[in-house]
Amino acid sequence: MKKRKMFLRMIFASLMRRRSRMIVALLSVAIGATILSGLVSIYYDVPRQMGAQFRNYGANMIFTASGDELELAAVNNAAALIPDEEKVGVAPYRYENVRVRDIPVVAAGTDPEGAKATSPYWSVDGNWFTGAGEMMVGANVAESFRIKTGDMLEVTYTPMTDDSAADADNVSYFTVTGILQTGGSEENYIYMTLDDMSALTYESDRVDLAELSISAGAEELSGYADKINAADDVHASLVKRVTASEATVLTKLQALVLLVTIVVLALTMICVATTMTAVVAERRKEIGLRKAIGASDRSIIREFMGEGMLLGLFGGIVGSVLGFVFAEQVSVNVFGSSLIFRPLLVPITVIASIAVTGISSLMPIKSATEVDPALVLKGE
Amino acid sequence: MSLLELKNVYKIYGDLHALDDVSLKVEKGEWVSIMGPSGSGKSTMMNIIGCMDKPSLGQVLLDGMDISKESDKSLTNIRRDKIGLIFQQFHLVNYLTAVENVMVSQYYHSMPDEKEALEALERVGLADRAKHLPSQLSGGEQQRVCIARALINHPEIILADEPTGNLDEANENIVIELFRQLHNEGTTLIVVTHDPEVAEVAQRTIVLDHGKLVREDINENFEAQNSSAAKPAENKKTEEKKAEKTEEKKASKSTGKKKKK
Ligand SMILES: Nc1ncnc2c1ncn2[C@@H]1O[C@H](COP(=O)(O)OP(=O)(O)OP(=O)(O)O)[C@@H](O)[C@H]1O
Ligand SMILES: [Mg+2]
Repeated sequence: MKKRKMFLRMIFASLMRRRSRMIVALLSVAIGATILSGLVSIYYDVPRQMGAQFRNYGANMIFTASGDELELAAVNNAAALIPDEEKVGVAPYRYENVRVRDIPVVAAGTDPEGAKATSPYWSVDGNWFTGAGEMMVGANVAESFRIKTGDMLEVTYTPMTDDSAADADNVSYFTVTGILQTGGSEENYIYMTLDDMSALTYESDRVDLAELSISAGAEELSGYADKINAADDVHASLVKRVTASEATVLTKLQALVLLVTIVVLALTMICVATTMTAVVAERRKEIGLRKAIGASDRSIIREFMGEGMLLGLFGGIVGSVLGFVFAEQVSVNVFGSSLIFRPLLVPITVIASIAVTGISSLMPIKSATEVDPALVLKGE
Repeated sequence: MSLLELKNVYKIYGDLHALDDVSLKVEKGEWVSIMGPSGSGKSTMMNIIGCMDKPSLGQVLLDGMDISKESDKSLTNIRRDKIGLIFQQFHLVNYLTAVENVMVSQYYHSMPDEKEALEALERVGLADRAKHLPSQLSGGEQQRVCIARALINHPEIILADEPTGNLDEANENIVIELFRQLHNEGTTLIVVTHDPEVAEVAQRTIVLDHGKLVREDINENFEAQNSSAAKPAENKKTEEKKAEKTEEKKASKSTGKKKKK
């Protein structure tokens, strides 16, 4: 026990009283550890960050009817199988042919909150519709009918019934809250809430499809789809274009980060090895002296290894703090969102940094044991 | 049985015989000086006796063990257990304090004991310098730390290679006085020196030249010198010889330098 105390006293003295020398070594270890822990943080956070990015490109899962009809309740039940924290949005849609000023138009009933979440790229001139009597109009429709925000619109629906009681039109009135621009076919529709749609058609709870935006990897997504398809109310399918490209980009990005991590690791090892070689060369005289007064090769190895590992410990601690700051900066600047702090990464970085300094010190320390006590004490 | 015995020892570097058929016996408790011009093989011999080097030929018996046949590892053990080393250049670990430097020797030998290390420093008159780094100590003080370190593990034999080579008169006398104490405690001393002043306080002086043992002088007055009553007389003699001695010192140093260059 007392021996260990002296051992620690010596290696601490060596690091502390030779501070100016050791600061270079510490710096190289700390920089290595910083980049390492930063990149690992990014590596693990990339799927989440990328997922969030990709959610901007719209739904990645679609529910359709597996039988004749898709009930809203079935959609909600199926959606309940997906964990809430991964569910960015669920937007059920029901499409019907209606008439505005006697001209046929497609009306879509949906949940505005769900639609907003699954289609974040939609841009609305004005406001989203929020409740009863409010409506959002696609840009093409608005242009053809010369509709402006704030206009009042009469919408007519003719139920398709066997007996041709053609006069039994249903009519509702809506205020236009905004004009929708998407650059796609959505600009040809008019949008209202599902409740308004039910009121207009005298028919409730039926939808045509539901779009879902889920923040999960390709594998998890197909897992959810399989689970939902197993219960046979709803047919879930993936929007391949979105999920596949997300997976590809993710793999490439992670591979890149991994590659950079390995390169940095190698550079750190070279740097530490070089520094340790210089340290050993500089202290040949001291090593010779220690051997002359009775240090075995093992004690010499232990002392230098101890110093190396202590360096690794300090470097690792500094590095895991700076690494998080570094990763946070990257995250904020590249992905525009904050990083999740992973406490486990601190001990991992420290242990990795101790291991890296230990391994890269092996060769230089081996050369320390080769110092001849006789030669060292003879020269000046 | 002698504590140390060299039997026809050679150390050969290329075609240079640094030690050339040297035979020597040193008894337990003896105080021996080794003299000789620069390059005569004194340090080479000390390295071999100190288990830091092996002879090219011949036998070296330390405590009955033939150290010329031992492995590096067991030489390390012998060095640690039996030998205390003192050098001209006061080798200290520069980032450790005086007391820590003494403790390093304890650490390799057995157990570090700060109290004991402080006592050793007190013995060499450095109790108040224990927490100083070598760079904060004078040459003489550093050499006394080395002596404290050499004697801390109670070695059977102390080897000193020009212990006073870089010291002034006052420190030289302190060192000699410490040697005298160690001798009286029964420690075997082998001291290499260029300084006849330092050499003649020993019981026996051996002279090397070109690797050969060329002369051996027994100090007849040793007992008288060594008694405490003789000390003032000894100091007086030192003063008388001062002028002569400094000249000699200069001479030996300059030849040494020439040779090394
Ligand atoms: N490793 C070596 N390789 C070759 N020659 C050596 C080696 N070590 C010592 N020598 C030579 O052996 C001879 C004796 O050297 P040594 O160091 O023993 O001299 P010394 O008597 O201690 O001299 P000084 O008084 O200058 O210290 C010298 O000529 C030296 O050049
Ligand atoms: Mg010498």
